[in-house]
Amino acid sequence: MYQLSLNLRAALLSVIMLVVGLLIWEAAIPAQQAAGELTEYELLTGGGAPKAGVPPPSQVIAKAWEQLSDPFYDAGPNDKGIGIQIGYSIYRVLTGYFLAALIAIPFGFLIGMSQVAYKAFNPFIQVLRPISPLAWMPLALFIIGDSEASAIFVIFICSIWPMLINTAFGVAAVREDWINVARTHELGPFRTAFSVILPAAAPTIVTGMRISIGIAWLVIVAAEMLVGGTGIGYYVWNEWNNLDLTSVVFSILMIGVVGMLLDAMFGLLQRRVTYAE
Amino acid sequence: MKPYLSIEQLTQRFPDGSGGQLTVFENATFGVEKGEFVVILGHSGCGKSTIMNILAGLADPTSGSVIMDGQEVKGPSLDRGVVFQNYSLLPWLTTLKNVTFGVRARHPDWTRAQIDEHATKFLAMVGLEGDVIHRKPSQLSGGMRQRVSIARAFANHPKLLLLDEPFGALDALTRGTIQDELLKIWGQMEQTVFMITHDIDEAILLADRILLMTNGPHARVAESVEITIPRPRNRTEIVEHPNYYAIRNHLVQFLGKRSKELAGQLATPGQPNAPETVRIDTTQTNDDPADTRPALKAVNS
Ligand SMILES: Nc1ncnc2c1ncn2[C@@H]1O[C@H](COP(=O)(O)OP(=O)(O)OP(=O)(O)O)[C@@H](O)[C@H]1O
Ligand SMILES: [Mg+2]
Repeated sequence: MYQLSLNLRAALLSVIMLVVGLLIWEAAIPAQQAAGELTEYELLTGGGAPKAGVPPPSQVIAKAWEQLSDPFYDAGPNDKGIGIQIGYSIYRVLTGYFLAALIAIPFGFLIGMSQVAYKAFNPFIQVLRPISPLAWMPLALFIIGDSEASAIFVIFICSIWPMLINTAFGVAAVREDWINVARTHELGPFRTAFSVILPAAAPTIVTGMRISIGIAWLVIVAAEMLVGGTGIGYYVWNEWNNLDLTSVVFSILMIGVVGMLLDAMFGLLQRRVTYAE
Repeated sequence: MKPYLSIEQLTQRFPDGSGGQLTVFENATFGVEKGEFVVILGHSGCGKSTIMNILAGLADPTSGSVIMDGQEVKGPSLDRGVVFQNYSLLPWLTTLKNVTFGVRARHPDWTRAQIDEHATKFLAMVGLEGDVIHRKPSQLSGGMRQRVSIARAFANHPKLLLLDEPFGALDALTRGTIQDELLKIWGQMEQTVFMITHDIDEAILLADRILLMTNGPHARVAESVEITIPRPRNRTEIVEHPNYYAIRNHLVQFLGKRSKELAGQLATPGQPNAPETVRIDTTQTNDDPADTRPALKAVNS
């Protein structure tokens, strides 16, 4: 028999699983609806009103089509397109994230180069790192005042640790031999840092960046549920308050897709800087 | 008059891991003349790489000093090129870039094209041409990596070339070619070469002088054996030279037996631990039967 390639077989299996999963989901829904449909109580309390229920995939797909065909409409504070909401979230994530990178990477570099600094800073990092980023929220709101800036601060604080730790570790673990090559060629500290230490530590640093962006995307949803106003997290919460579960399911899927794309970008970067020894 | 490269009372101790100290060598004292080709032979672990790291300026000795051309060696320099025992190529750079890395450091004023051309020339010299030079070190064989490392050092024309078993991973054929190249470059450039090897025949072919080290700890550079075979030398012809087997036997004897017997002899405190000069020349002592074994005579004195 003709042998399909590994990737093709895997893709085929994925599609089959997706279709079967959706079919099971679709089939499971009407049964659930029928059970509670015609009770007298419900008729009395207004059967015509929209009512919460887990939507079947066909409804979610219809919703997705509707939303994605006009993602950027803006009809007031409580009715914005999914594109705008995601845009707000991405803006907050990237702002907090890049501020964190701007500090974590140079600082991690310095810590990694000095054993004393590494040891001196380690206890602080170990204590601060496991704090849930949302725990900072009240303090941030009090000190910063602005809810927008507080959300960005929370992203900043949660994405700084993996980058800081990985950069410091990557730099500290650069092989002595490679440093010696730089030394025998009389490279100055800056040339050594940029042409030897940075490329040598780059895979570890980018791994830290990749972990950070993942955490930042996880945290933004929760942060926006707390601060409200705009963003995908707020959107999920708002649709839940509207009892529009179709939109909730749809936005959950969108959160997953955007998270995957962010991760894929760093995956690409990671592949570029990785080297085999 | 001090030799060009003067190693003076060099002592190296390392913590031995259980609170005590491991003395690798003590008060080692020897010199290398300008333009000389010196090979050091000794068993694994006796401290050859340690000496070389000190000469390169990469490590500081516990005590003692190295003086090159009237100046004390403090830290590494482009004037002392190193071929490391483990090649030490930068794995994220291609073969060519690994060599241009060194050339750029040596000639910061050169254009990119000049740098590339110079690097390509030296890679070709060690037999790496075409597509290979755009591959990463991880895609090369051990011998090829070693050749890249050699090209990187040669391309910089350092005054002193420090080679730590540079041909260890090469097959006999490539090894021969690169040995010849090394001799050619050395002849042209008036370079001084200090090389570590395990291969006795290679040492005789290349060296003006062979330093013999006893086993560690407390290793000593016990003898300095002159290679009394005229240059240019050719690997097939030197074996016919009357001195060849006499020298070779002496070296084999030393490494096989005496390196062990002489091991662990502590140095007289404060006294330089200089090697004994051994000259084996059967061509000049033929008329004097009492003198046909100058090697042994030198050792016994
Ligand atoms: N940084 C270090 N700390 C502790 N001991 C060391 C260190 N470097 C080397 N040594 C010890 O010094 C001795 C000499 O090591 P060295 O690498 O110079 O040997 P070598 O003669 O080059 O051996 P080989 O021929 O196997 O390369 C060894 O016993 C080794 O264990
Ligand atoms: Mg060694």
